[in-house]
Amino acid sequence: MATEALAPPAAGAGPRIKSELTQQRLRAARWFLVPMLIALAVVAGWPLLRSIWFSFTDASLNNLYGAEWIGFGNYLRWQVLESGTVRWRGLLVDGAWWNAVWNTVRFAFTSVFFETIFGMIVALVLNAEFRGRGIVRAAILIPWAIPTIVSAKMWAWMLNDQFGILNDLGMRLGLLSQKVAWTAQAETAMTAVLVVDIWKTTPFMALLILAGLQMIPKDIYEAADIDGVHPVKQFFRITLPLVRPALMVAIIFRLLDALRIFDLIYVLTPNSVATKTMSVLARENLFDFDNFAYGSAQSTLLFLLIAVLTMLYIWLGKVRFDGGDR
Amino acid sequence: MTATFDLWKFTKSVLFYALVVFIVVVSVFPFYYAILTSLKSGTDLFRITYWPTSFDLGNYASVLNQGSFPRNLLNSVFVSAVTVIGALFIAVTASFALSRVRFRGRGLLLMTILAVSMFPQMAVLAGLFEVIRALGIYNTPWALIFSYTIFTLPFTVWVLTTFMRELPVEIEEAAIVDGASPWVIITRVFLPLMWPALVTTGLLAFIAAWNEFLFALTFTSSNDTRTVPVAIALLSGGSQFEIPWGIIMAASVIVTVPLVVLVLIFQRKIVSGLTAGGVKG
Repeated sequence: MATEALAPPAAGAGPRIKSELTQQRLRAARWFLVPMLIALAVVAGWPLLRSIWFSFTDASLNNLYGAEWIGFGNYLRWQVLESGTVRWRGLLVDGAWWNAVWNTVRFAFTSVFFETIFGMIVALVLNAEFRGRGIVRAAILIPWAIPTIVSAKMWAWMLNDQFGILNDLGMRLGLLSQKVAWTAQAETAMTAVLVVDIWKTTPFMALLILAGLQMIPKDIYEAADIDGVHPVKQFFRITLPLVRPALMVAIIFRLLDALRIFDLIYVLTPNSVATKTMSVLARENLFDFDNFAYGSAQSTLLFLLIAVLTMLYIWLGKVRFDGGDR
Repeated sequence: MTATFDLWKFTKSVLFYALVVFIVVVSVFPFYYAILTSLKSGTDLFRITYWPTSFDLGNYASVLNQGSFPRNLLNSVFVSAVTVIGALFIAVTASFALSRVRFRGRGLLLMTILAVSMFPQMAVLAGLFEVIRALGIYNTPWALIFSYTIFTLPFTVWVLTTFMRELPVEIEEAAIVDGASPWVIITRVFLPLMWPALVTTGLLAFIAAWNEFLFALTFTSSNDTRTVPVAIALLSGGSQFEIPWGIIMAASVIVTVPLVVLVLIFQRKIVSGLTAGGVKG
């Protein structure tokens, strides 16, 4: 494969020259990687370490450098009251934080679940041959291309309680008995967020699954047809197992993306406790409430949680990121 | 017998096309409705219609003439373009090293790059804020160009690495026999072959930078330095209850149309770029 080291140059080149060549390439490779490594260290590595460090201090927005080390105080600390009872404080016993964790996890798993199903349906449609396939593929790229903030605003308008077209449509079709304040009510806010997110990201899922579907050789289906295997059975016995590697990678990508969601929720349902996710809460503490250290602790915990979930997924699902083609 | 068979086939294709129409309508409708709303003004806005009823460019005029929206558009173009060019510049050499040279720790390095691109950006926000303040670039476009590198660079490196890996060894061999150095190989042999991949990757990175919200919201603080997503999110009327929907929709359409046009023109390339970044990694 092209990834292997180059084959030694043809006849005439001795082992000395070959190793010299390899040496030269290795040296060049090292220099080629340096700019990228420096850039990543400055924008990702160092800030990550600093964020974690801040979470163990009492830093505030206006006093970043005077911060003092307070150990695990932001995560968990206790106070013994005069009456002798112990009061626990900190992130690990903070109801608002666990509410945000629950919102994030609930949001991520529900949205990815529906996106996978709808994405599979759209991918199967696009994998069939029919007239107008190009139009469908172009159409599904539109939600993907629209900026998240813009789609949040578009849907906020469509979901508007008084003048929203979705309430109007629902009433006309007899699905709703009265107009609903989708984004404002606690009971429906999460549904509203989910609908917009699923609408926006199903195309991405569909395209990734479609790429997987197109790698399945057609003659397998021809053979199955000759044997009279029912199409539904074909799907579960042939399509699903063969598309699984691509599907698993698509799911982990979407899951990681959903677990860090910020923009859609910040714009569509501002200040709603029913949808506030870890990212929204952490940013609020960092920059709006001037709890810089506490916000850092939240972002650190968010990072840890996502890291653990990802490793579990890769390990349990035996995911291979090269698409299983090597 | 044949009649029922045909009927079944007919029903099947009707159902299939119904599904196709449903997919298209659901995908396109919100954008269509935004355009429709942006062309209404006054009380027309609050009359729900499913078809275009008026053609009033007033909202566009007020978005483009008042406030800092034109400035925000320029900021977005500048930030996204510089970010992408910078990322591509660093990524070309790095992905040559990652795809064509075998060295120890290459697999680990690739996984690290992938991890950084899937990183929750919230995890670095506090530290990044400190770095940006220390560099003195807070509330300037450079703060965004700097911070956007965290997602554009790993993405471009990853996609270009997958692309270069697939180029045959032979094209390099001839150059090596002629005694070309790795730098010459990149600039003379690979770059000419990589234009399509560079365009695709650059376009995808551009879209990601154009759409970014969290960093733009955090690292800029005045109307003149904001990018369009933040400007749109913060567009508001005289009071909390008076949201200027017509203007918001006009701004949304202005921001989205170039993207939709680009995406439709480069459809095939984008799909292949997305899947290279996704399925294969």
